[in-house]
Amino acid sequence: MNLHEYQGKEILASFGVRVQRGIVAHNAGEAVDAAKQLTAETGTGWHVIKAQVHAGGRGKGGGVKLAKNLQEVETIADSIIGMNLVTPQTSAEGKKVHQVLVAEDVYYPGDSEPAEFYMSVLLDRSKGRNMIMYSTEGGMDIEEVAEKTPHLIYHEEVDPAIGLMPFQARRVAFNLGLSGMAFKEMVKFVTALYKAYEVSDSSLFEINPVLKTSDDKIMAVDAKVTLDDNALFRHKDYAEMRDLREEDPIEVEAKEAGLNFVNLDGNVGCMVNGAGLAMATMDLIKMAGGEPANFLDVGGTADAKRVEKAFRIILKDDNVQAILVNIFGGIVRCDRVAQGIVDAYKNMGDAIKVPIIVRLQGTNAEIAKELIDNSGLAVHSAIEFQEAADKVQEVLK
Amino acid sequence: MSVLVNKNSKIIVQGFTGSEGTFHAEQMIEYGTNVVGGVTPGKGGQTHLDKPVFNTVLDAVEATGADVSIIFVPPAFAADAIMEAADAGIKVIITITEGIPVADMIKAADYVKGKDCRLVGPNCPGVITPEEAKVGIMPGFVFKKGTVGIVSKSGTLTYEAADQVVKQGLGITTAIGIGGDPIIGTTTKEAVELLMNDDETECIVMIGEIGGQLEADAARWVKENGNKKPVVGFIAGETAPKGRTMGHAGAIVGGADDTAEAKKRIMRECGIHVVDSPAEIGKKVASVIG
Repeated sequence: MNLHEYQGKEILASFGVRVQRGIVAHNAGEAVDAAKQLTAETGTGWHVIKAQVHAGGRGKGGGVKLAKNLQEVETIADSIIGMNLVTPQTSAEGKKVHQVLVAEDVYYPGDSEPAEFYMSVLLDRSKGRNMIMYSTEGGMDIEEVAEKTPHLIYHEEVDPAIGLMPFQARRVAFNLGLSGMAFKEMVKFVTALYKAYEVSDSSLFEINPVLKTSDDKIMAVDAKVTLDDNALFRHKDYAEMRDLREEDPIEVEAKEAGLNFVNLDGNVGCMVNGAGLAMATMDLIKMAGGEPANFLDVGGTADAKRVEKAFRIILKDDNVQAILVNIFGGIVRCDRVAQGIVDAYKNMGDAIKVPIIVRLQGTNAEIAKELIDNSGLAVHSAIEFQEAADKVQEVLK
Repeated sequence: MSVLVNKNSKIIVQGFTGSEGTFHAEQMIEYGTNVVGGVTPGKGGQTHLDKPVFNTVLDAVEATGADVSIIFVPPAFAADAIMEAADAGIKVIITITEGIPVADMIKAADYVKGKDCRLVGPNCPGVITPEEAKVGIMPGFVFKKGTVGIVSKSGTLTYEAADQVVKQGLGITTAIGIGGDPIIGTTTKEAVELLMNDDETECIVMIGEIGGQLEADAARWVKENGNKKPVVGFIAGETAPKGRTMGHAGAIVGGADDTAEAKKRIMRECGIHVVDSPAEIGKKVASVIG
């Protein structure tokens, strides 16, 4: 589950990680009030207005702007809230901005030059351990840094049995070229950040940039936080942070129905049991000359109710020209799935206007095929995987 | 021969009396698997499916000599169950449970590494050696005995592959479902290695998907060890978009290295017989066995 910047910062701050302070605003009036409050609390003269959407590269799309007075706070907030923010990570239509974070200006002048770093905490899958990845090149696209100057990216791997050790935190601070007060601050920052990652059951922290201010404080200026969905059962308060407006409404509906669904751009919908077979089915659709319109794992119980719901969800997409159902019946018998499909089809009446290809393989596959063939419905049946692909190709012609 | 489980394996079921545990234990017993008992804390001393129930894995091991465990414990408690099995001296721990928090699995996988045991899964269909032992949730009838080993991250795609192999008149030595989570016990390479060293296995089917480096690691190992047996490979998710989790928690394209395309390229470079179509797995196996 992805969080907004302001939510991620709230979690970080609750573990003692210093963050750039800010207040969320839903309209220009609230933004001005937030700015006044921030000035009173932090003494900041300028403010940064940041669009809160689930996408990176917000600055490039005009979603992050500096306001030098309250008039500018109002104008900028007014222009960002409600806009469709297009960034390198969004679709061409962009994402609608419902709220902004009004944040303190932390790039104020002082005794030393401010410096930006990059830091993330994530799972190293190959080692089965968490790691801290960091770089002196902050505020930039890290993938670009990895490509052009890979020697400027460092890793600190954490032993699961003992956790992050103090010498590791010191090594991070040394590698970032810090000394004196800033060094101590960085050690504290890294230690608190890792603790926050572990205790919050996160699967990604990306802090870009981590800022050394002109008075040698270390703070998170941005925060991308992804929580482990499987661990939300022990973090009810975090689970409530889910912002459904940021998710595809069809995917939200599918999820509520217990269907594992990902919306795609293609013209052939599919309904499959099992994630691996679902991906393989998508690949086969492509080889048959179509493009998959979705990923959908219906799971083990493909009864009429579930099948009907899945059909309705797939058919919400007007681009869908055909639907391929691919079920490998193991414990679940194919004839029961076939009955489910027939019932769902009859129930939906005229709602189904595209050809449906049903491939049932496994327990009672022959009986299932007969059931489909004798149903009188406009459903093409198949038993072999290739047969199903050929039928998809046929109906697309 | 076969790997991991056979007719002599003594199997216990953790989460025995729960609905999943009960259903699948029944199916396993019906298949002829040597299930010697189960574990449900607090229900020790009872009998379930005509088998003894124990409070702890250690009790079960001491009373039955069990050496294999299958875990159906709910996600919140599954990592603990894995560590309990490892602590009790179980040699092969097969974890079916889907949805275990990553932080829990980091700990469990690390704990298991220090013990003399092998973890398979989690989030997997289990392991089957046809006509000997079905320690998992797969439909047993699909798997006929033969000389082809299968390693796969996915459940139904494993059944699909086995079915295609059987329709070519061939059969399976052992099929190992390694699981689709970001952290799993037995890797693709380790499973392939087991089958490579198994005398009866003539050919290996390796089914992977987007995300991670396991298939590339396995392919490199196969090449370094002289491609002793033909390996047929398929990677699901050519059409999956970047950055989206496709059902399995581990099935997500992060960078340029873990796409289906990149994995297939490396596999081909290492001499793996890669099929682009999931419908061609069986035919390819038949052609490489000759």
